[in-house]
Amino acid sequence: MTLQDFMPILPEMVLLATAVAVLMVDTFLGDKRWLTWVGLVGVLLAGAATYWLALQPPADFQDMAASDAYTAFFRLVILVVTGLGLLMAMNWLEAHGEQQGEYNALLLLAAIGMTLMAAATHMLTLFVALELFSLCLYILAGFERERASSGEAALKYLLLGAFSSALFLYGIALVYAATGALTFAGIAQKASLSPLFLAGVGLLIVGFGFKVAAVPFHMWTPDVYQGAPTPVTAYMSVATKAAAFAAFVRLFVGTLGVEKSAWVPALAALAVLTMVVGNLAALSQHSLKRMLAYSSIAHAGYVLVGLAAANTTGTAAVLFYLLVYAFMNLGAFAVVIALERQGEGDVTLSQMRGLARTHPLLAAAMAIFMFSLTGVPPFAGFFGKLYLFQAAVQANLTWLAVIGVISSAVSAYYYLNVLVQIYMADPETPPTLAWRPVLGLATLVAVVFVVGIGLFPDFWLQLALGGMRVILG
Amino acid sequence: MIPLSWYLAVAAILFVIGFYGVLSRRNAIAILMGIELMLNAVNLNLVAFWRYTQPDQVAGQVFAIIVITVAAAEAAVGLALFIALYRLRGTVHIDEIDLLRG
Repeated sequence: MTLQDFMPILPEMVLLATAVAVLMVDTFLGDKRWLTWVGLVGVLLAGAATYWLALQPPADFQDMAASDAYTAFFRLVILVVTGLGLLMAMNWLEAHGEQQGEYNALLLLAAIGMTLMAAATHMLTLFVALELFSLCLYILAGFERERASSGEAALKYLLLGAFSSALFLYGIALVYAATGALTFAGIAQKASLSPLFLAGVGLLIVGFGFKVAAVPFHMWTPDVYQGAPTPVTAYMSVATKAAAFAAFVRLFVGTLGVEKSAWVPALAALAVLTMVVGNLAALSQHSLKRMLAYSSIAHAGYVLVGLAAANTTGTAAVLFYLLVYAFMNLGAFAVVIALERQGEGDVTLSQMRGLARTHPLLAAAMAIFMFSLTGVPPFAGFFGKLYLFQAAVQANLTWLAVIGVISSAVSAYYYLNVLVQIYMADPETPPTLAWRPVLGLATLVAVVFVVGIGLFPDFWLQLALGGMRVILG
Repeated sequence: MIPLSWYLAVAAILFVIGFYGVLSRRNAIAILMGIELMLNAVNLNLVAFWRYTQPDQVAGQVFAIIVITVAAAEAAVGLALFIALYRLRGTVHIDEIDLLRG
């Protein structure tokens, strides 16, 4: 093996080097804030490597991982999210006196696992990548060791995550038994509807269902999202989804596309359950983090609609939606971080009362994120849902699109309720703010993208379509 | 030679025992042990399939070794988290760890 062989995974190598560098620099640096900037430089370099790779012809790494337009799309999404995740955590870590070096290194290592999920073309890579980012996130969820609910979140996440990994692994073993292959290409060639194969595919759906938080595999989500430190919740709510769906789409639409009839009904059923349960449960929440957790379940349901459509437009809409969702959800969590009181790790709805009077800019940002999450034009979230539901109609799943539209109308209630609290309610106590410039920068970036993608959706959709053409030919 | 189906039956039984352990045990460490059983059932499957279907390739065997490695990492992280939580709450019984609900 020569150095040249490692080129297809160059962005991951850069991230790995950065994670190690962050840990090394941590040992002899007084001002820990520099660690964030070191991490950010690494993320930018990895982004440059991704861009450079995208200009090269598609290549693969020992039949284990592929570097193509599809991988490039998800690498960019995950790198942007990681960059914003580092920024959003910077002030928070300082204020809470947590170890910045370990946090940043773990975040970067998780990012490696996530980009590898998108690149994986071999079951082994897929499994190792899944475990790599999962293990990092288990630790990050329990990062606030002084707060018991953080430890509880980590415990629940670890137990259910490991449990789902075991099911996923059993699925891989059964697919291996049925096809005798572990590479995606080999599985596609030998795919047949034998009972062994179907059982394996079913277990794979369960495994992915856990990771993307689809109902009925969502039980861990509200607890983990509420208990984990808010910057971690922000990061994992968007990045895990992007990574898990990246592998989900490549494996199912790409590799198992020939046996579409076997899994489309299952995914359609999952999508319905996920949208309905997620949105209904979110209605009655008082904790903002818990509400956003249920909302993220509902959004996984919308994305599953595009996956169930299983055509080019549907899966391109999945990619587009994951990009859009990353910005609007990260932005909403950035506002939660700003409002969070020391040591509580959570924000209630009543704590947001009268925010518009004291902090009009922050309130306006929150309004944009909430409108986008609801799917109000002209924000990015509207186009995301539009493309998804359009694809469902094209794939003769009109009923699925109708359920999607109805449940997203229900979601308007709880998203707009946040705005009612911000703009119309009188504050009991004026909202205290942990507002810091770096967090403001991250929020601003999110706002710019939510509005920008909403104004120019076509460019991003073409990018997503370019990625999907690699998978679907 | 012992037929393949015997290995698969043992692996399936092991998997179900682990599954039952995860669902029925209340102690986090016991749940983790159930998960380890499930992972070992998968290893048995992978190695058996490798031996009987394509002994000339090493893919199945390598996969089993990597699963063992990952399981070890998972156990290490898991036990570390349990200890951290035990110091705060004095228990790792999942029925008593109930701050988050609703």
